[in-house]
Amino acid sequence: MEEQLKFNPVPRKKIIEMEQISQTQGISQNDDSYAKTIIKRFLKDKVATLSLFIFVLLILIAIFAPALAPYNPNQTVGFFEEAPTNEFLLGTDEVGRDVLSRLIYGARVSLTVGVLSVAIYAVIGTTLGLLSGFLGGFWDSAIMRLTEVFMAFPYFMVILVIVSLIGPSIWTVTFVIGLLGWPVLCRLVRGEVMKLKKADYVQAAISSGYHTFQIAFKHIFPNVLTLILVNMTFGIATSIITEASLSFLGVGVQPPTASWGNMMSNAQSLTVLANQYWRWLPAGLMVLISVLSVNFLGDGLRRAIDGEVK
Amino acid sequence: MGKYIIKRILITIPVLLMVTVFCFIIVNLAPGDPTDLYISENATEQQIAQMRANLGLDQSFLVQYFKWLLNLVQGNLGFSFASRLPIIEILPSKIWATVTLMTSTLLVSYLLAIPLGIISARKQNGFIDNMITGISFLGISIPNFFFGLALIYVFALQLGVLPTGGMETLGGDGGVLDRIQHLVLPTIVLSAFYSSNMIRYVRASMIDIFSENYMRTATAKGLKEKLILWSHGVRNAWVPIITVISTDIPKMLGGAIVTEQIFQWPGIGQWMISAINARDYPVLMAINLIAALSVLVFNLIADLLYAAVDPRIRY
Repeated sequence: MEEQLKFNPVPRKKIIEMEQISQTQGISQNDDSYAKTIIKRFLKDKVATLSLFIFVLLILIAIFAPALAPYNPNQTVGFFEEAPTNEFLLGTDEVGRDVLSRLIYGARVSLTVGVLSVAIYAVIGTTLGLLSGFLGGFWDSAIMRLTEVFMAFPYFMVILVIVSLIGPSIWTVTFVIGLLGWPVLCRLVRGEVMKLKKADYVQAAISSGYHTFQIAFKHIFPNVLTLILVNMTFGIATSIITEASLSFLGVGVQPPTASWGNMMSNAQSLTVLANQYWRWLPAGLMVLISVLSVNFLGDGLRRAIDGEVK
Repeated sequence: MGKYIIKRILITIPVLLMVTVFCFIIVNLAPGDPTDLYISENATEQQIAQMRANLGLDQSFLVQYFKWLLNLVQGNLGFSFASRLPIIEILPSKIWATVTLMTSTLLVSYLLAIPLGIISARKQNGFIDNMITGISFLGISIPNFFFGLALIYVFALQLGVLPTGGMETLGGDGGVLDRIQHLVLPTIVLSAFYSSNMIRYVRASMIDIFSENYMRTATAKGLKEKLILWSHGVRNAWVPIITVISTDIPKMLGGAIVTEQIFQWPGIGQWMISAINARDYPVLMAINLIAALSVLVFNLIADLLYAAVDPRIRY
């Protein structure tokens, strides 16, 4: 009697045997992993693939900026406000620095702020969202009230004020965006977790007595990962615009460090705007191209995950 | 219903308090001491201590906070360092300018976006849909300052048909036509984002609705296509549309900072930039607080309206 009550695990040998049978009989023919399927679908989307190509190109430009830039971006190398010539392909700025070199180095600033700030808020938002959704009760309502407090402040306004008060630089911009950007992602993750909590495998993990944190991070997290990735991609686009806008207003990355935003600051003067297109048009186009490519990338990823592309 | 209203309002109170604490902390992040602005360099220790006592700076952080809060409840937002005027006197004209700009923006955006979103969803993945979707991606991706500068360059500097900025021509008659001319470019810049955003929502929710069972039933019943679209389709899209509108409206005060700066529009955003440059902390605190309060109030109203409209929604 006692023998029967004991749980008899299926021997490993037998499992392998069964797997072999199922493979030879062609029961599970789908060898493609989930990630592979998504990548396949993504690459079928022409716009998304082109965007990925442009984004990778921008990353390469940022990494190899010293090799690509014809001049030192922070040094006076020509006359002031010189129009484009063969020597300076995109002209020079108000102190005679080469615009093209500054544009190339500007990619570093945009991508650093974009990627790093999103990485920071993704960690905060995901952790709080998982805990909020999974724990429920007091912790859930406490975290939700906290997101309401953060979301009450207009996003750009509060970042502008805090960065200007603690002193603008590339790092303060990155960290302030990182510390303030998490509530939307947090709510998204929480909603997803609350749905998944009812799934059989999570209920099984709970009844098997797994530790709460283990369930949240090991069982639930992998299933919200794609959602987080899509949100992060769009987040990078927003962060790039935010940094460029702050720098444009003089409350972001400070000269002489080149940022696409602060390169355009001087175009607030109508004479520069009217007569020196090279001092605002290239930098503006760079912001537009990078934001557009990141947004299309995010949308392609979303469509591949949702299965909109077959 | 009554119980729900009370519960919803009670939940707002701690959030409201946290918002005021947050505002207070933000402005106290600023380096330096407010007395630096009031006192000459050769003041004695005693004078500085006296000044600090007068301003209440010798008290603990908590006491300072509650004093500020008490003033706030009485409608006293403090004085602007830069203009030495009570903030409450400057505020209405700034709010008026921003609300004018944002009202025209949201009107233009929605009138454009709702029909375009519906068309886009009906022709899903067709040529027209791809065009509309592509342009709306451009709309959410183009930075305000770049689009604004480009429009000024083309329409004000090259073609000379519209003014470069401001709310009305200085020394002009201040007539309606003049004001509308000044409104056109900033409205276009802001609408690019708001309408694109709305198009994406309308399109997505219409596509969802098209796959609903009641839509198929309506088609199977042999109803006319127009009737299905309007009385079954669009009618059900109103809830998501209203959701977007109710998040757009409270964003009005903080949503136009860069655009106002470029077009020299004398609203909240431009006031904020000049307050930042002048280190005018009380103004920064007041603007942040009012922007946050308006968001909370609109969220509260929206939630109560939902509950009134949709009996399924309860806390």
